[in-house]
Amino acid sequence: MEENIVELIENMRAGGDRYLARLITLIENDSPSSSQIMEILPTYLGRAYRIGITGPPGAGKSTLIDKLTTVFRSKGLSVGIIAVDPSSFISGGAVLGDRIRMQQHYLDTDVFIRSMATRGSTGGLSKSVSTVVKLLDAFGKDIVMVETVGVGQADVEIVKIVDTVITVLTPDAGDSMQFMKAGLVEIAGIIVVNKADRDNASWVVAEINAVLSASLRKSKWQVSVLRTQAINGVGIDELYEEISKRRIKDAQ
Amino acid sequence: MNEAKKIIRALIAKPGLDGHDRGAKVLALGLRDEGMEVIYTGRRQTPESIVQAAIQEDVDVIGLSCLSGAHDYLFPRVTELLKERGIRHMLVIGGGIIPEEDIPSLKQKGIREIFGPGSRIDDIANFIRQNVKR
Repeated sequence: MEENIVELIENMRAGGDRYLARLITLIENDSPSSSQIMEILPTYLGRAYRIGITGPPGAGKSTLIDKLTTVFRSKGLSVGIIAVDPSSFISGGAVLGDRIRMQQHYLDTDVFIRSMATRGSTGGLSKSVSTVVKLLDAFGKDIVMVETVGVGQADVEIVKIVDTVITVLTPDAGDSMQFMKAGLVEIAGIIVVNKADRDNASWVVAEINAVLSASLRKSKWQVSVLRTQAINGVGIDELYEEISKRRIKDAQ
Repeated sequence: MNEAKKIIRALIAKPGLDGHDRGAKVLALGLRDEGMEVIYTGRRQTPESIVQAAIQEDVDVIGLSCLSGAHDYLFPRVTELLKERGIRHMLVIGGGIIPEEDIPSLKQKGIREIFGPGSRIDDIANFIRQNVKR
């Protein structure tokens, strides 16, 4: 079944979810049309603010995305979400279990959620994610959020394809030695200690801040450390403000 | 169509008010082990939310699970909505607690097969493989 790519992209930009979904599939499956799609996309890009959400499994990434989406939507911003989960190295299949945390947005036509499996890639993402981010941007999304697999230290690919990385940790994430190791804290623009009602939250925040202040890494932005209880919506507005500051500054 | 490695994407959905989803989760894991990418919607879905998810995820097959008896309304409502949205290629199958006598009418309304308790995962997987389009 030959597909007219130019037509597909036009239909997508006219607002067709199903065409966007179809284009994502073509990219994901490495179909012969992929190169044509990638050639056409750059014309339509540049509007979306892209956020990566990384951190160990169970930290609360999906829940955080769910809550942030509510805030973005309340400000009239449209949202695209890519949620990545690991493919089984035994069967090649996957259970894609992030969407289930975002149920309140299923019927909002300005929220597009796509679950993707890593399909053999390492680094927390699949190789097509960067193009899918561009597709969501070309579709007209104001905000694109990418949730990585969440293996932690290896989740570094995300830095190359987003504007800000949020690393989500919990109070049992470890001590300063843990945070000094390469990968986890290095890539973050914003560090969120979620489930902050648990014991040790303050101590973990202090350990993280100690490591950050000792680091000589120069970057445009001071790394911010925030506390949240995503499931109860605590700290989400502050997180939104932090993201907003960066988004406004980056646009200047 | 020369797509490199065609992986089947499945949406397992629970329309209605079922209290538990153990069967749906067992199926999701089973289809994963059969090499498919499986998205599970969670419980308490409406036909509208199921169809929206299926479209965004561009799945090849939708598996509907219902234990509480509302399948006669909910399952055909899904196929109806798919039709209204112009989606013709998705395979729709069902399972859960579906009385024998309800099956012919469901099939007539676009639910291609019903897999009740005791169905084998590999039978379901093979049926899916043999019946998905594109």
